[in-house]
Amino acid sequence: MSRLLIPRRKFLGLGALGLGAAALGFSGRPADAASFEELIAHAQSLTYGAQRLLGRNALAREFSAKDISPVFKVNGTHMPDTTEYEALLAGDFATWRLQVEGLVATPLSLSLADLHALPQRTQITRHDCVEGWSAIGQWQGTPLAEILKRAAPLPAARFVVFHCADFYERAADGTGQYYESIDLVDAFHPQTILAHSLNGEALSVGHGAPVRLRVERQLGYKQAKYVMRIELVERFDRIGRGKGGYWPDRGYEWYAGI
Amino acid sequence: MRVFLHGRLVSIACRAAPMTESLALAPAAPHRKTVFVPRHALVTRLTHWLNALCIFGLLMSGLNIFMAHPALYWGQYGADADRPAFEIGAESRESGPPKGFVRFGEATTLDTTGVLGAVRDDDGDWHQRAFPYWATLPASRDLSIARRWHFFFAWLFVANLAAYYAFGLINGHLRRDLVPSPAQLRPSALLSDVIHHLKLQFPQGEAARHYNPLQKLAYLGVIGLLLPLVALTGMTMSPGLDAIFPWLIDLFGGRQSARTLHFIAANLIVLFVLVHLAMVVLAGPINEIRSMITGKLKIVSQDPDGSLP
Repeated sequence: MSRLLIPRRKFLGLGALGLGAAALGFSGRPADAASFEELIAHAQSLTYGAQRLLGRNALAREFSAKDISPVFKVNGTHMPDTTEYEALLAGDFATWRLQVEGLVATPLSLSLADLHALPQRTQITRHDCVEGWSAIGQWQGTPLAEILKRAAPLPAARFVVFHCADFYERAADGTGQYYESIDLVDAFHPQTILAHSLNGEALSVGHGAPVRLRVERQLGYKQAKYVMRIELVERFDRIGRGKGGYWPDRGYEWYAGI
Repeated sequence: MRVFLHGRLVSIACRAAPMTESLALAPAAPHRKTVFVPRHALVTRLTHWLNALCIFGLLMSGLNIFMAHPALYWGQYGADADRPAFEIGAESRESGPPKGFVRFGEATTLDTTGVLGAVRDDDGDWHQRAFPYWATLPASRDLSIARRWHFFFAWLFVANLAAYYAFGLINGHLRRDLVPSPAQLRPSALLSDVIHHLKLQFPQGEAARHYNPLQKLAYLGVIGLLLPLVALTGMTMSPGLDAIFPWLIDLFGGRQSARTLHFIAANLIVLFVLVHLAMVVLAGPINEIRSMITGKLKIVSQDPDGSLP
């Protein structure tokens, strides 16, 4: 379950590949721009492997109440524009159910009250946007591990996918629904929670009501808002455009620990 | 004196010989001899050029990344609602191009239209963009591609720097070539070197075989302080590495402070590169660049007894 996803040999091989890429730059041969971009993207695997190797269980810094940002910036979707979400919001999420499915022994359907009844965790952490800004806030919610334990992932499960209510940018073909995915190391990490409160108040719509993911060792775009469905999968290449998340599908790293 | 053409140890032994004595013995006017002497070891040259490539790639992709949020803060957090310490921006105007500006704190605002904040593209059209198109990698604003380039070069940069340190310690390059001697650090020696630099007088002959005191201090400052600083502040921006090395956050007083220091360090590196290039041009670009590629520096030696081959 906590198996390293990049084998050591491949990790070292990618290091050699990185140096090889530099040699390619020196050779002066006209490199195909697209393939070169593919090549430099391998630095992501190096980052992922190194961070998993050096501290797979390391905890993100937790701050004190005096460090909390006066204003926690709302980014991404401010209000999901679907009738389903509007109906849930109008009913104060009383009919909202979190579906936990896929490669699990026991699929779950949890209400907000169910989530509140599970063990809770409160943490003051820093949110780092890929753009460069940071905000500190106090999150409260249910550890994802508590939910997954009850669903009992099957041995084949390798990733946890979060399907969201919002379309950040609806494409002509109907795609564009927000989703994200993390590995099982992050999924079972003690600071990974499904947060229902920010700074002591129920999540606002802008911050992802009713629940959003907090995966504290990665960037902001991994912190999926408006989570509706959790799916355990072996691979994510047939979800969305196949890169494991809304922004990864649009060129950003799947592993956003950097 | 033929020994000058051979290995370092031999030349060190030769350097220890009292030159003044042999000069005193020379009866006739000294012959001028042109020789190529080993100046830069292969590892030094390889790591230098790889580092140069990385620095350019990191700088240009870094500027593109910075365009995503061209404001700097001090402390643990910082976003739109917080007061930036530094900001590049633009204001639309009723007519004409947007006004680009750079703001320090709340007080000082500079009009930087055309250079920062508001710049023109190749067609002459105005855009609200922190940096000119020629300065960023890629040229168009693209955070995801710029990040790919940045982290690719970052890995290469750190690996190359580590290799340089390792070889520098093993082959003695750092101690022998870069650490100033006590004599070089005397105020009079430093002052004299400052005057030489101001008069644009550069070491000739035997003196050109070694770095002068200011050169040593500049290189040590960049290699020993600035490059580690830019690497460590870059690492502090990674939420994953902050969890693994929480001391990074304390060392720089927060992720946003580290981001600001990263930007300052990058600017100081640009300043160094500009001075470094100017010095190469002033000291004789062909000879200097040749020595940085082939390792051999041409020096015109005062050969007192005509014994050089």
